[in-house]
Amino acid sequence: MLRWILGTRGSHGSAENRCAALCIGEEQPKNCYTELQVLRGHYDIVRFLVQIDEFRFASAGDDGMVLVWNVETGERLVELRAHTQQITTLTAYTFTSTEKSLTVLITASSDRMMCLWDADTGHRLHSVSNLQSSVKCVLVLDLLDVFLSGGNELCVWNRDFQLQCKTVHYRDLGITALVDLPKCCVAAAIDKEIVIFKLNLSEPEKSIVAIQHLTDHQDTIRTLIRVNDDLFASGSHIGEVILWDTLDWTIQAYERILWEEPDRESQSEIRMGQQKQSEASIQHLYSDGERVVAAVGSGLFVYNTRMKTVVAYRKFAHDSDVLYTTLLHNGQVMSCSEDGSVRIWELQELPLPAEPASSGFFSLFGTIGRSSKQGSVPSKKLLEVSGLCSLELVGDLIGHSGAVQMFLSFGKKGVVTCSADHLLIVWKDGERESHLRSQALFQKLEEKGGL
Amino acid sequence: MIGSPDVVAFTKDDDDYGDSYTDPCLLPEEFSVPLFPHANANPWLKTSYAKFSKDFILISEFSEQVGPQPLLTIPDDPNVCGTFDLNYFSLRIMSVDYQASFVGHPPGTSYPKLNFVQDSKVVLGDSKEGAFAYVHHLTLYDLEARGFVRPFCMAYISADERKIMQQFQPLSSGFSRASECLKSGNRKAFANELEKKLRDLEYTRSVLHKETEMQKTNSGCYSTQVIEKANELANVEKSIYEHKDLLRQITSYPNSKRRDADQVLCEPENRADASTLDHALSSNHSGNEEKPVETDGSNQHPSYIPQLIKAKSAKCFDKRLKTLEELCESDFFFQTMDQLNTIEKTFRGDLCFIYTCQIDRALVSKQKITSFLFEPERDDDEVGSSRGFYDPNHTTRHVPSNFSSEPMILESYSTLVEKSPNKLTLEVNQESSTSDVTQETSEDANDTEMKGSFSSDRSIEAFINLSPGNPDGFPTGGTSIACTMTSSEEQGIVAAVAEASSSLEHESDPNHGEVFETGSLVQMDTACCMGQEGFSYEEPFLEPAQEPCEDTVVKHEPLSLLQREPALQVEYVLGAATPTVPSPSLGLMLPELNPSSLSEEMAKLNMDDISDNASYMSTSTSSDRAASPFNYGSLITLKQKKKAGHSALRFIRQYPFAQQAIFCLLSGRTLVVLGADEGTVRKLVNALLIFVPNLGKYGETVQPWLSTSFQLSDLQRWKLVGLQRVVSPAGSSLLHSLSRYSRYIGILDCDSKTLRCPAYKGTLMGHMADHRTQIKRGSTYFLHVQSILTQLTAKAFLYTFCHHLHLPISTDQDAESVVLRRTNFLLQLGFTEEESKIIRFLGELIRQHYLQGPLKGVNQSNFSFSYTTSYLYKI
Repeated sequence: MLRWILGTRGSHGSAENRCAALCIGEEQPKNCYTELQVLRGHYDIVRFLVQIDEFRFASAGDDGMVLVWNVETGERLVELRAHTQQITTLTAYTFTSTEKSLTVLITASSDRMMCLWDADTGHRLHSVSNLQSSVKCVLVLDLLDVFLSGGNELCVWNRDFQLQCKTVHYRDLGITALVDLPKCCVAAAIDKEIVIFKLNLSEPEKSIVAIQHLTDHQDTIRTLIRVNDDLFASGSHIGEVILWDTLDWTIQAYERILWEEPDRESQSEIRMGQQKQSEASIQHLYSDGERVVAAVGSGLFVYNTRMKTVVAYRKFAHDSDVLYTTLLHNGQVMSCSEDGSVRIWELQELPLPAEPASSGFFSLFGTIGRSSKQGSVPSKKLLEVSGLCSLELVGDLIGHSGAVQMFLSFGKKGVVTCSADHLLIVWKDGERESHLRSQALFQKLEEKGGL
Repeated sequence: MIGSPDVVAFTKDDDDYGDSYTDPCLLPEEFSVPLFPHANANPWLKTSYAKFSKDFILISEFSEQVGPQPLLTIPDDPNVCGTFDLNYFSLRIMSVDYQASFVGHPPGTSYPKLNFVQDSKVVLGDSKEGAFAYVHHLTLYDLEARGFVRPFCMAYISADERKIMQQFQPLSSGFSRASECLKSGNRKAFANELEKKLRDLEYTRSVLHKETEMQKTNSGCYSTQVIEKANELANVEKSIYEHKDLLRQITSYPNSKRRDADQVLCEPENRADASTLDHALSSNHSGNEEKPVETDGSNQHPSYIPQLIKAKSAKCFDKRLKTLEELCESDFFFQTMDQLNTIEKTFRGDLCFIYTCQIDRALVSKQKITSFLFEPERDDDEVGSSRGFYDPNHTTRHVPSNFSSEPMILESYSTLVEKSPNKLTLEVNQESSTSDVTQETSEDANDTEMKGSFSSDRSIEAFINLSPGNPDGFPTGGTSIACTMTSSEEQGIVAAVAEASSSLEHESDPNHGEVFETGSLVQMDTACCMGQEGFSYEEPFLEPAQEPCEDTVVKHEPLSLLQREPALQVEYVLGAATPTVPSPSLGLMLPELNPSSLSEEMAKLNMDDISDNASYMSTSTSSDRAASPFNYGSLITLKQKKKAGHSALRFIRQYPFAQQAIFCLLSGRTLVVLGADEGTVRKLVNALLIFVPNLGKYGETVQPWLSTSFQLSDLQRWKLVGLQRVVSPAGSSLLHSLSRYSRYIGILDCDSKTLRCPAYKGTLMGHMADHRTQIKRGSTYFLHVQSILTQLTAKAFLYTFCHHLHLPISTDQDAESVVLRRTNFLLQLGFTEEESKIIRFLGELIRQHYLQGPLKGVNQSNFSFSYTTSYLYKI
């Protein structure tokens, strides 16, 4: 029966308290995304979106196709078809060093092939097949004019797709993420470790060697990002977030996020243990250079690297795991989740500081050193930090019928979301679009010299 | 009030939206008062003194055997003609026959020559019969006929003289097309016939040749038998040459002429008079006894076996003349019949109605920017005919260069009368001038009818007299005017005369389209409630018991329309630049005009005129047909929309939250009609159809019945969805998608009779969907809705194309001031915040349409929405 839909406004089935707080309802004055455009083209889950330039982006997913779109018109510009299996990584890059700038897309797939495409024409410029392992991540080093591919080994390629050098084979666990560091170094996440590699390309014998292993994470590293010139961050499966120095690779801050269940005593230990772990997994990290937003389980937290404090957090931001999160151009936080929704959050000053709705615990470390991670964590200590904000839900974007894998913000032009329902949706500011159409109308009117 | 619509609405079965509406207040049959007995109570039906019930097309032939005879009528229904004497009328129209195109021996040629003569177009009247006709003469070729020609004529017969005169131009072009079709088929058939004949003759010659040779050897060269045979042979050979020449002539008929029938000129030297014709015929026939004239009739086989032609001329009355279908090839014949049927349909009904339609079309065609929003698609034939009417080349083509000087026309007109009395028959019937017609009518009609007809007559008369290009005596003097055109110039004059009488200020503005519109504006108001269905009460519940209601319908509805649309009228007046627009003929709304005086018989007479009508009747007995009047992907016509108006009327009476539902549709929020029963859902969808903006030619934006769960892109595509409620696991996903997308849709649950959608505040929807409305008829309600929608469209157009509402006037203005201006503008127009959404949405549609053209596909279009709270409305 539909009765419940019609009867209770905005209720979401399990009407628990924690969820009720998140139901914003249909009145969303701060949500400017009042226009959408559905882009069809993929036949399977769309997992990756990458921005090419101001108005173009590429999408890729499990169908092995890469499509390039115009975000303003929704037009499909080119189709890149070569991969027979799901795409594992997608990177866009513009060569500016040559006389003619060339925008390329680098794709890698489970079919152990890696391709380089011209994003303008859709031509395949280079491709390498029969790699020893499928590539999970690609990192372009602009200064060195090479790019790195991370699979079960780390390979260095020049722009003509010639293999320069590679590391030893990491048998069981491949490289899942790469971050470039100063002084020709890169950091790679391999299971629980972060390995620092040093590239040596000046010598005739080009080489890449591991020079440091950072083993401070207790569980698999899920995400590794560059914060700014001084810091990079990593997040693990059990909720550890570590900020590292880019030069000496020391720990600048350590956070262990444990969402505490208020009614934990009443439930069985085992079950809670499992649930907690799952919930605390760091799915994604994003940084605008100063703040780091982390998707932790189905929650979010915002960390200020300068103040070295958690600025805001929300334990249950979504009904399910948050898969991707970003700080938008207007300071809002956006997150997407397996529950198929995209939510927009605003950082608002708390009227009463230090009155947390739910007590998580946060421990802050100075530059203590790597070994200090085992140090006793003060229990239930919440620092009274000025500037603690709350994440207030200001809007949500409902459209996908599957998990929203990722989104890409084009600033004022809108946001593109991709999902397991094979669709891409461009969300736009209706007011702005209407204004643009008005302008176009009067321009056409002028050109035609009247109606 | 017993017949209060409220009572009616709420005592009805809930889920009945179809057209099977039977009024509970109807009196039983035995109590019903006999209706007004006069059959001619309908003031709009000018056939009151004619012996036929409605206009029809008659095809007659001047048969060489029996003289003028009617062949067929369109529509092919004996009731149409009634007691009208077709034979007599055929005689009349064929007696004004023009010089027939015929075969003769022009001086200097030895062979018969075919004249490709232009058709003649004649207007003819018979005031005693009350019949006026546009007569289109044409000749077809028949090898077996006298002089190889068969004269035919097609006549459009109407009781309304003005209709014939004022619609002369479109009638002429329509019949010309039909005639051209017949003639081209005939040429083909004639050529075939000639070829067969030639083969016969060749065969005969060879046989004769053999026989002659045989007889020569047998009985010497100079026996009488041999000489006879030789003569016979010579005749056959001559005949072969003649036939070959005929074949050459018919096959060399220029194709360009075929296309442009009206432009065909006939050379004067080829025009022989009737005596020459007879002479030629007699010399052909009797003067040469041995001339073979007949082949066997059984020459239709594809593999044709040549036959010996007997050197005997068959008796004229023995042979069977070919039928019209045989004369032309069947394909061409049926094509022509289709065209004539279309003509018949196009000119059905009162002249005012035809005018209104023409004006309507002309106006709509000028509103390409917004007409896609709510204007319904015309019926196919209507579209076709409108093309004919408004083809600018077509109309300007006939205006002669010397038209600007009026006396010349008169002169040429009179010379035409004088010089060729047999070509142009001018019957001046003093007793049946235009005004007399009215008197005549009023004599045997009751007061109400007189007033009604008089008012309409007066306006039309005034309209004729307003035309400065019209010679004074012309419209009154010529009740029956027969003109024959033999050259394009003369034809042009007649066409121009017809034009002059149908348009105001002919001289001042040579642009015909413009003039037509201006001239016709006088008709606007009289026509406001004389639509196709005007005064033909098709609904079964029209009984004396309903009289008060009906009365109010007639009295109030048009008035309210007028009251509500002063702006619209002012616009028209301005556009017409004629400050003296005759007052909207209030006679139409006079209280004396008691609709109950219209007899049932009259309604029946009109029944065929109005197919909408017929369907109403039929649906009242079998509701199946109304159950799914709209199917996805089918063309949506005006007719369908009018029918939907009836369902809509029922909807707004039954559901108090109809206003919210309509607001949903108008503001671009997809409305989902949810229900378990397909028929109910479809009926509701059909009812709401008329409120969907940008419905699309085929109703692309409406999905009447969907049994699977829908996606977001479906919401983008469809604005009105009928959704099946399933009580199965599949149903849960359906409900899931409903709840998921609830922010984008309104949900009308027809099982629990609830509506969930945003709130609406304002008065506009109240006007559009007042559940206490006095309107009783679906088509009236449709027009009522349409008028409000048209107003909305006009305002949306203004909003969209007002530069300063969207762009800053000067550089120092910021975006916020523009927004403020926009908001204030809508407030000043009297729109509430919610109603502004409608205007905004319509504006967006107009913008998109203007920029991209018609809907290009789902991918290109955007889906706009707003985040507003929905409420649940219950019945």
